[in-house]
Amino acid sequence: MKAIELDEVQKALDQYSNRDVYIHLETTNGAYAKHFDRNAYNVGAFIRNAEVRYTRAKLVDAGDAFRVGLKMDKGWIYAEGVTDWELNEDGQLLMAGHDSEGRVMVALQISENPFRY
Amino acid sequence: MHKHVIVIYPHPDDESFGSSGTMTQFRNQGVPVTYLCGTLGEMGRNMGNPFFANRETLPDIRKKELLDACKILDVNVEMLGYRDKTIEFESRDEIAEHLKGYLEDIKPTLVITHYPGHAVHPDHDAMGAAAVEAVRKMDPEDRPEVWAQAITNDRYETLGKPDIVNNVEAEFDVKVAAIQAHRSQFEGMFQKMRQSPDFKGQYEDVMERFKHEEFYQWQFNN
Ligand SMILES: [Zn+2]
Repeated sequence: MKAIELDEVQKALDQYSNRDVYIHLETTNGAYAKHFDRNAYNVGAFIRNAEVRYTRAKLVDAGDAFRVGLKMDKGWIYAEGVTDWELNEDGQLLMAGHDSEGRVMVALQISENPFRY
Repeated sequence: MHKHVIVIYPHPDDESFGSSGTMTQFRNQGVPVTYLCGTLGEMGRNMGNPFFANRETLPDIRKKELLDACKILDVNVEMLGYRDKTIEFESRDEIAEHLKGYLEDIKPTLVITHYPGHAVHPDHDAMGAAAVEAVRKMDPEDRPEVWAQAITNDRYETLGKPDIVNNVEAEFDVKVAAIQAHRSQFEGMFQKMRQSPDFKGQYEDVMERFKHEEFYQWQFNN
């Protein structure tokens, strides 16, 4: 993955609009958050291979990271804190935000074919 | 002496962090060891430091790391094909039946797994519970011993002293090499331990802790 460049990623997002696509969306502070800090508690959510169709996508530069909003007929998909991206050889658009140790904190991925499950 | 040891954990790297010293001791005695690895750690948060993996490449990278580690440890490995973070939501009974198939086939005299309810990660707890259940389903006279590994911070308070404490200092080089084979995982993990307020400046203590591997002997009541 490489650092997000707004125009390039916006272009990639636009390619999937008004098409049936599969989404992977996740955020986590890790399964060991509480183990390593008793004052913390574990938080995480993911959805993999939800089939959606969005009519508009927008990537917003927040300075140190980016926000993504995908507008659907009956709702929204939202991710905050993405910093890196890649269009992989399977034609999947991967976006993720990492902490200073390279750990994933948030990921939003879009693909025309289901992600491996 | 044991005839065959089966190790059951959910993630690639659980074996290296958890009981690779003990596995090495068994291998040095000529005892075959088979690792049944539940998932490929597909949802792991560590992507290397600096990161080189992403959510979609991680499974294959971790599979390779697992094979490398098991080669270093000289143990057989079987990948069970479950998915990271989802084991507790599967049918425990189905997983237990799945594991029982391996137990009947390999006929181990010892099974090493996580102590259900005392293993921090939900996958650890669920896989440990399924492993114990798999052994419980067997005829009492055919059951292997079960060594359960607890990794909670309060394990001594809640479970008492472990029944088996293996000093693995002599096997430590192998253990560290196996841990390092999990390149995408261990750098972030060690970093985490260094910084943790609940391990406060205890990085050396953690390394010290890695020199001993502890297990509770599971008691079956029926
Ligand atoms: Zn694990």
